[in-house]
Amino acid sequence: MSISHDLVQKLPDGNGRFGPYGGSYVPEILVPALQELVINFTQAWGDPTFQQAYHELLETYVGRPTALTFANRLTEELGGAKIYLKREDLCHTGAHKINNTIGQILLARRMGKTRIIAETGAGQHGVATATVCAKFGMPCIVYMGAEDMERQHLNVMRMKLLGAEVRPAVSGSQTLKDATNEAIRDWVTNVRDTFYIIGSVVGPHPYPMMVRTLHEVIGNEVKSQLKQAEGRSLPDALVACVGGGSNAMGLFGPFLGDSSVQMFGVEASGEGLDGLHAATLTLGEPGVLHGAMSYLLQDAEGQISLAHSISAGLDYPGVGPEHSYLKDTGRVSYLTASDSEAIMGVKLLSSTEGIIPALETAHAIAALPSLVTQFPKDAVLVVNCSGRGDKDMGTISNYV
Amino acid sequence: MSSALANHILGVAASGEKALGVFVTSGFPTPAETLSILNAIDEGGADFIELGMPFSDPLAEGLPIQHSSKVALKAGITMKQTLETARKFTAGSKTPLVLMGYANPIVKYGLSNFFRDARSSGVQGVILPDVLPEQDSPFLLAARENGVDLINLIAPTTPEERIRFIDSISTGFVYAVSVTGVTGSDLGSKKPIQTYLKRAAEILGHNPLLVGFGIRSHADVVEMAEHTQGAIVGSALVAVIDALWEDGSLSSLDRLKGVKSFVHELKYGISHG
Repeated sequence: MSISHDLVQKLPDGNGRFGPYGGSYVPEILVPALQELVINFTQAWGDPTFQQAYHELLETYVGRPTALTFANRLTEELGGAKIYLKREDLCHTGAHKINNTIGQILLARRMGKTRIIAETGAGQHGVATATVCAKFGMPCIVYMGAEDMERQHLNVMRMKLLGAEVRPAVSGSQTLKDATNEAIRDWVTNVRDTFYIIGSVVGPHPYPMMVRTLHEVIGNEVKSQLKQAEGRSLPDALVACVGGGSNAMGLFGPFLGDSSVQMFGVEASGEGLDGLHAATLTLGEPGVLHGAMSYLLQDAEGQISLAHSISAGLDYPGVGPEHSYLKDTGRVSYLTASDSEAIMGVKLLSSTEGIIPALETAHAIAALPSLVTQFPKDAVLVVNCSGRGDKDMGTISNYV
Repeated sequence: MSSALANHILGVAASGEKALGVFVTSGFPTPAETLSILNAIDEGGADFIELGMPFSDPLAEGLPIQHSSKVALKAGITMKQTLETARKFTAGSKTPLVLMGYANPIVKYGLSNFFRDARSSGVQGVILPDVLPEQDSPFLLAARENGVDLINLIAPTTPEERIRFIDSISTGFVYAVSVTGVTGSDLGSKKPIQTYLKRAAEILGHNPLLVGFGIRSHADVVEMAEHTQGAIVGSALVAVIDALWEDGSLSSLDRLKGVKSFVHELKYGISHG
């Protein structure tokens, strides 16, 4: 299968390193579980039975392949390169996150684990995890920052309705960072029977590799859909928002070896780069958080700083280690969009294409006006429309 | 490998006692009081002391040490202050001092700078629960270069072959985590813990073995250290300090007496007058 070929060809190395980034910085208790996970994921991914189960669920339950939509009015409005939208907002549960949770729950069952835990920020990964747990009849505990539980009340309700127990993380800043700490502490305590479904390309090895691989269905579909639409499988550029960076890696991953394809990740600059922000790659420094070495927002003492973004899903002071590597090597360019630019992005896509994007996705949209004019008009850009905006209507309504 | 810390622990064990390690968070409740608290722990009879370097996201800690770290950071504790406190303590006491903390503040400080400054502050060992033992890791190389013991942990989930590897790569002692959990966890049924510790003690050939996490009392120390050279108490003392400092009716002398008396009871099973 071509995908296991990708696993061998690409980083990380055998120690889970992307250059100096990644690795495993975790309590010793977790070492056997992580080794077990590496072995089981590699075996499962190469097993046609697992592949069949995964792809069947993506097709019949998630609704894949998701459409590749030519954004003709947006293209016209911006007056530059042709813009295509990869419609992950059409996935069941409303965002790309479920590609990953489907894969991980199949793996959890294969490994005989009986209890699922997850962390969530905006609640999208929590909902995607609660959804697959309901589908497979497994107990599910989702850790969520107490502050995020208030901001994203609707998603808390969804998770509860799906049968998950939502546990508030009351330590630290009471956001995604702290929910992740709590989930890791739970895993350390219940490691023998518990499977931890991490929601982004973060955490100790093999999570960054595994989560990327499970989302690469996004980029792989783009290749064949673009061939149909444009007669060529390679776009000129790819654009995606980056918090932890899972939707970006899912889109970028299959194109990393295609040197003609430019890639742009868009981080959240929040109130602005001189104020509170979540632009980890743009302004952070390498360090260790949540089990991996990567760029971080931190102070002079190495304490983790608070991130800020209007989008709860980008409000994270870390980033996936592979993105750190792609930044250093120059393979991907990382841009920023502020809170107000994201709101502009929501309005722009809604009014031109009839698609209300999630606030996370809106950051990628916000980067387009200045980006598309750098390319000739016959160039093709693919933007990952990673999620839909229903969950954000409360926040958005303050600006409309 | 000869380590002064290992020899010290083996010396205590040879005298028929169990070595008692006591943990406290640097800067808790305030940076100015840490030195007096270390001295009180020392006077109470601790055989060595672990000074915690606070981190904003301490993965392996339960609520008491999470809380103490947060309080210390709020009070403005810095790595330089912690090292300075270590220097002052070790200048006045022969009791070994080790530092315990997380990777990021040390990466930020610079690995060789950190181990160099730890050494010159009289620190004998360093425990980093989120840094895995690895042959030739930059942490290990920097520790060795500066003559500081890098103390690694084992857990109930660690296979025998890996225990052997961890023993071979560690100096000072090997830290056995009692249960799968965070610091201050409930020990639950003690039989399986003792079985695991007995097996680990039989495997170790280079280092003393100490057990920690969830040990609260002298009775716990005696029971848990049956197959080890000693035990480590952290969360329980941090909770005691929290209560002593919350009690507005106590003078600072009373509070330090309370710390000393708690440690004395941990070590000897009788409170100190």
